[in-house]
Amino acid sequence: MNYEAVIGLEVHVQLKTASKMFTRVAAGYGQPENTLTDPVVLALPGALPVLNKEALDKIITAGLILDCAIAPVCKWDRKNYFYPDSPKNYQISQYDQPICVGGTVEIELPGPSRNVMGEHKKIPLTRIHLEEDVGKLNHGASDSLVDYNRAGTPLMEIVSEPAMHSADEAFAFLTALRTAMVQGGISDCDMEKGQLRCDANISIRPVGETKLGVKVELKNLNSISFVRDGIAHEIRRQVAVLGSGGTIVQETRDYDGQTGASQSLRSKEMAHDYRYFPDPDLMPVKVDEAWLAVIRPTLPERMFDRQRRYLEQFQLPYTLTSVLVPSLALGAFFEEAAKLSGKPQAAANWITNDLQRELAAAGVELAASKVRPAHIAGLVKLVESGVISSNIAKEVFVAMFATGEQADAIVERKGLKQSTDTGELEKWVTDAIAADPKAAAGFKGGNEKALNAIKGAVMKASKGKANPQLVDQIARKLLA
Amino acid sequence: MSTQPDLNLDYLANLARLALTDAEKAEFAQQLGDILHYVEKLKQVDVSGVEPMAHASPVFNVWQPDVVAPGLPVEAALRNAPARREDMIVVPKVVE
Amino acid sequence: MADELIYQSATQLAAQLAAGKISAVELVQACLARRQAVDGRVKAFNSCDEAGALAAAKASDARRAAGQARGPLDGIPVGFKDVIAVEGQPLTCSSKMLANFVSPYDATVTLKLKAAGAIPFGRLNMDEFAMGSSTENSAFGPTANPWDLTRVPGGSSGGSAAAVAAGEVPLTLGSDTGGSIRQPAALCGIVGLKPTYGLVSRYGLAAFASSLDQIGTMAHTVGDAALLLGAIAGHDPRDSTSFKAEVPDYRAALAAKKGPWRLGVPREFFGAGLDPEIGAAVKQAIEFYRKQGCEIKEVALPLAAEYAIAVYYLIATAEASSNLARYDGIRYGHRSKAATDVAGVYFQSRAEGFGPEVKRRIILGTHVLSSGYYDAYYLRAQKVRTLIRNEFTAVLRDCDALLSPTSPVPAFKLGEKSADPLAMYLTDIYTISVNLAGLPGISIPCGFTGGGLPIGLQLIGRPFDEAGLLAVAQAYESAHDWHTKHPSL
Ligand SMILES: [Mg+2]
Ligand SMILES: [Zn+2]
Repeated sequence: MNYEAVIGLEVHVQLKTASKMFTRVAAGYGQPENTLTDPVVLALPGALPVLNKEALDKIITAGLILDCAIAPVCKWDRKNYFYPDSPKNYQISQYDQPICVGGTVEIELPGPSRNVMGEHKKIPLTRIHLEEDVGKLNHGASDSLVDYNRAGTPLMEIVSEPAMHSADEAFAFLTALRTAMVQGGISDCDMEKGQLRCDANISIRPVGETKLGVKVELKNLNSISFVRDGIAHEIRRQVAVLGSGGTIVQETRDYDGQTGASQSLRSKEMAHDYRYFPDPDLMPVKVDEAWLAVIRPTLPERMFDRQRRYLEQFQLPYTLTSVLVPSLALGAFFEEAAKLSGKPQAAANWITNDLQRELAAAGVELAASKVRPAHIAGLVKLVESGVISSNIAKEVFVAMFATGEQADAIVERKGLKQSTDTGELEKWVTDAIAADPKAAAGFKGGNEKALNAIKGAVMKASKGKANPQLVDQIARKLLA
Repeated sequence: MSTQPDLNLDYLANLARLALTDAEKAEFAQQLGDILHYVEKLKQVDVSGVEPMAHASPVFNVWQPDVVAPGLPVEAALRNAPARREDMIVVPKVVE
Repeated sequence: MADELIYQSATQLAAQLAAGKISAVELVQACLARRQAVDGRVKAFNSCDEAGALAAAKASDARRAAGQARGPLDGIPVGFKDVIAVEGQPLTCSSKMLANFVSPYDATVTLKLKAAGAIPFGRLNMDEFAMGSSTENSAFGPTANPWDLTRVPGGSSGGSAAAVAAGEVPLTLGSDTGGSIRQPAALCGIVGLKPTYGLVSRYGLAAFASSLDQIGTMAHTVGDAALLLGAIAGHDPRDSTSFKAEVPDYRAALAAKKGPWRLGVPREFFGAGLDPEIGAAVKQAIEFYRKQGCEIKEVALPLAAEYAIAVYYLIATAEASSNLARYDGIRYGHRSKAATDVAGVYFQSRAEGFGPEVKRRIILGTHVLSSGYYDAYYLRAQKVRTLIRNEFTAVLRDCDALLSPTSPVPAFKLGEKSADPLAMYLTDIYTISVNLAGLPGISIPCGFTGGGLPIGLQLIGRPFDEAGLLAVAQAYESAHDWHTKHPSL
């Protein structure tokens, strides 16, 4: 029998704010244990929560980027459960009135090759709500140690519809979601720091069946590739179970990305009864059009919208666009260079190839690069106007990258201008013919290719400065 | 008096993480049964179309700007801890 | 010298401090001496940082000597119900759970009082986590009523009421979730004011029921209650439910507002269950106002009278079951020695740390919110709460204040009602609906029973009209001398 997988993701994203969700002590990562606490974080008797306005702005930004409906009124609920990392033993969350409803994440599936755009889909979202993170448990041999630094960090929970059907789709969903969150300035989404965490609900059903199968929740998927691998593994596992006449039990499984195996987590002795109720300590939030009007102009262009624009407006090849669009900064850099140079394709080539390569080799961030869009534009112009050859331009680029000097200054200082002095060129060509009579004879004998040896010798003698078109003309004249 | 048949004290004690003795369970079953019987009277009230009141005053949009304020020094944060080590709270090993 | 100070009002003491007739150190010493003399019998205090109070008094005297006194409360001792955080002092909530807890921070009211120069003077006994009406639910034993040591002081702010009534401290803070300031004030013959919900910050008040709790003032006189309220009221950015309202000069308002007023008398608050002596005393007070030229109108609050207690015990216990989840023996508080795993830390610590009334309410509140019961109990109670508030709003449109008994019964015997929680809950019948509606309420002395037990008159006001409410109360107090009577101890 053929099975279809049905996958829904629940993604937690930490918001990039200076202070916590419900109190103004600093939020942060990697600080000494229990130094980011206050009475609210520790749930001391008498402490009360107060909303962080920036967290609200950020989730609304996320909602608008993802085409969610922003609820005119949302409220705060307590989710009651006991756990040592949860100081109040309830989590402040949003239950029946989340701030963002619906929405979609546009994804791109892998194409037939790297040079060809893959299929695009829009994965529907159920909701996005705001809540608070818990502390961190450090497990020792005989006991556990609790650090509450992370407790109370603003957390956004993004819930997708069960609308994905392969591990690749889930991978693409998370990639696109992460890009949107990073580009929106909402989160850095560093999975190693726990800023993006994902649980997957997976079921399978015979192709053609519309009823959902029994779902298994996969937890601890702590990198985007583990999400893909874990889901693929779970789908195979379920197909094997059903194929051998078994049944799927509803359970939570833990996927180990290192070993590529999953195991059932000790099943909870009793179903959860979270006793959600409106938090009497927090007032509801009304979001009006005026508030949205402040946020809308700050929204970044969505990645795939920008990619489509680069393809159409700049006529860039797909491969270049797919390098440029995942980073807002790189895209902006490119657009500036394209504008200054008037040659988008040439600018895109320099940026996606040479600049990316040099940055990676030097371990330098784009923001710290001495090469700015004006440098790219200057270089493009020198090549376009024939002042330097593309070969010389590569050399000039490396010098620009190292010093931050403009291309024309480097060309001037190093004397790299192409030679168009016919007297000088004629001397180089004459010398080259004299040095390689065999090639000269070959060309005269009708072998076109033999001319390349002569031209190569001239380029070498001129250290690349000889204008290739003129060299060609002069050589043909002298060998005629 | 009446005891509520649907008052499941074991279930509730588990949710509330509160160990109850058999004597307490018996006492609570009777006392809470009385109270639940008493509150049954709310069924007489016509509440159709009535908004629930979660707060004493209808105020919206109470927040603070995202400006960091000092927190508690570690010593103050942990001064009441029943058990601590390496500036963290010690609990019996948590099995996830 | 000391004895003369004991029963003076804070207003009188402030005048003497200002005139240099007494020092803050002398005043604190007088309070300490009185506490030494009577608290072994009254048991109003859980603890008292004597050295800290004396040091604060010295600092106050130094300020005054330098011409930098901070106002009328500078140098006045104020007792704290043991549910309000004072940095470096115990915060026990009269619970074994927090028997060794020392607060690392100040409540907002504490910060305000310190800024006004007031001296935090001791931690006052209460029903555990403010759950009760007799101060018998304290892990540290009950407080006695100074008027009759075999009787309860009321509760849950019984220690705060008894300490004032016994002359141990002129001013105290209490908290009132369903009558916990007004009822003990009535039973102890003092003034107790519960402000409008949101007027006084709850930051630093260990929560019982967040949508109902409010810190308020307990004192000998209406003027003292106004003085203390003025120091603690006002918007607090740390409490999202704190209201952005101007804080008027309440003491100035007392002098300025003279009536006559339109006063409502809720018909249902004089029915079955009301002690006849209390009914008679309250009716005399109503007659007083009528003779003063006030318009007295009978009003009806049928929903409040019939359903307030039911609504209250569903909402308050639901909120409490969640608010008290933080007492788990992990980060602070009692941790059971018997616990070998995390579940044991939870189940055993909470079993050992909480007393029976707290456990009862946690279980009830858990039930009320649990799957399958939420709509029938919690949600329905919230809707009836809306109706009760609407009922008060309608009545207060035509009345400046409402008059009623504070408690249906005078101080009862220790142990008399502790076996029957429902009977105990019913003693809050006239006060609870005021919390549900979020209104201000005050209890002032209006007589004594034949057995010599104090009787309280409750006045209920419009939201944030404490100035008006206090003025109505002041008019009665000025014409009577009940507040000048004190128990012999
Ligand atoms: Mg969830
Ligand atoms: Zn969540």
